[in-house]
Amino acid sequence: MDIRYYLFLSLALFVIGIMGVLTRRNAIIVFMCIELMLNAVNLLLVAFSKMHHLAAGAGASTVGSEGQLFVFFIMVVAAAEVSVGLAIIVMLYRNTHSVDVNFLNRLKH
Amino acid sequence: MGITQLLFWILAIASLFSALMVVTSKNPVYSVIWLIITFFTISGHYVLLNAQFLAIVNIIVYAGAIMVLFLFVIMLMNLSKETEPQKNKWLRLIGALAGGCLMLVLVAALKDTAGKDAELGTGSIGLIQNLGSVLFHDYVVPFEISSILFLSAMVGAVVIGKKEERTGPREGNRQLVEDAKESMGV
Repeated sequence: MDIRYYLFLSLALFVIGIMGVLTRRNAIIVFMCIELMLNAVNLLLVAFSKMHHLAAGAGASTVGSEGQLFVFFIMVVAAAEVSVGLAIIVMLYRNTHSVDVNFLNRLKH
Repeated sequence: MGITQLLFWILAIASLFSALMVVTSKNPVYSVIWLIITFFTISGHYVLLNAQFLAIVNIIVYAGAIMVLFLFVIMLMNLSKETEPQKNKWLRLIGALAGGCLMLVLVAALKDTAGKDAELGTGSIGLIQNLGSVLFHDYVVPFEISSILFLSAMVGAVVIGKKEERTGPREGNRQLVEDAKESMGV
């Protein structure tokens, strides 16, 4: 499969995530769109790792596995990030009784 | 067109559609469910790329753990009603336009890339044997550091998510003192 299809597919997923971050006001949905962007990058990393593996030839057996390990570490960091982020959203909801990101402008005043 | 190409297109269309539904659903619970479907289609892409380990980990960690966490938070905060305040119409239009501009720029930058192939269905670097040997030979230190990261995230989540009891008793004591003063008529 041509690598460009994977490039444009993950680009489209990433841009959909960005549009969600820019247009939604619910903090949880903004957070989910960030997860979507992370997954788009993961997909592209895996596709590039397979491309690299194919380009290296049959003799190099572990060439390209660094990309997939990167995806593994991104998943680790994403899990930690989600737990802390959801705790922050719960705290925000407890203080303001809303998860609207437009109420998060107190640093402005 | 072979069966893998056909599967790629089906999965690509499914993932794009479900990602769009994540952004456009009014109800957050529906957004979560569409996001789970997106993760499943991305896992399908991983299987097509013969990265079985990542496919399984993606389903277990993302669709299994993270999205359940999201669902729990949404349901605990009772946010599943559809009356989300919408942003200003112009603001939303400008947001979509900004995303479209980014897409346009990146497509224009990437459309002339050399069309190398990514191998589908063959190759063994995505199997758990190879990934495990590389992970525990060359990436042991980042692996252990990630456990520290998890520990700190766990502590952070508990500290942030806890009810504010560190300042609570002090405030309560002050209130008690005020009440006592009042009752004594001081």
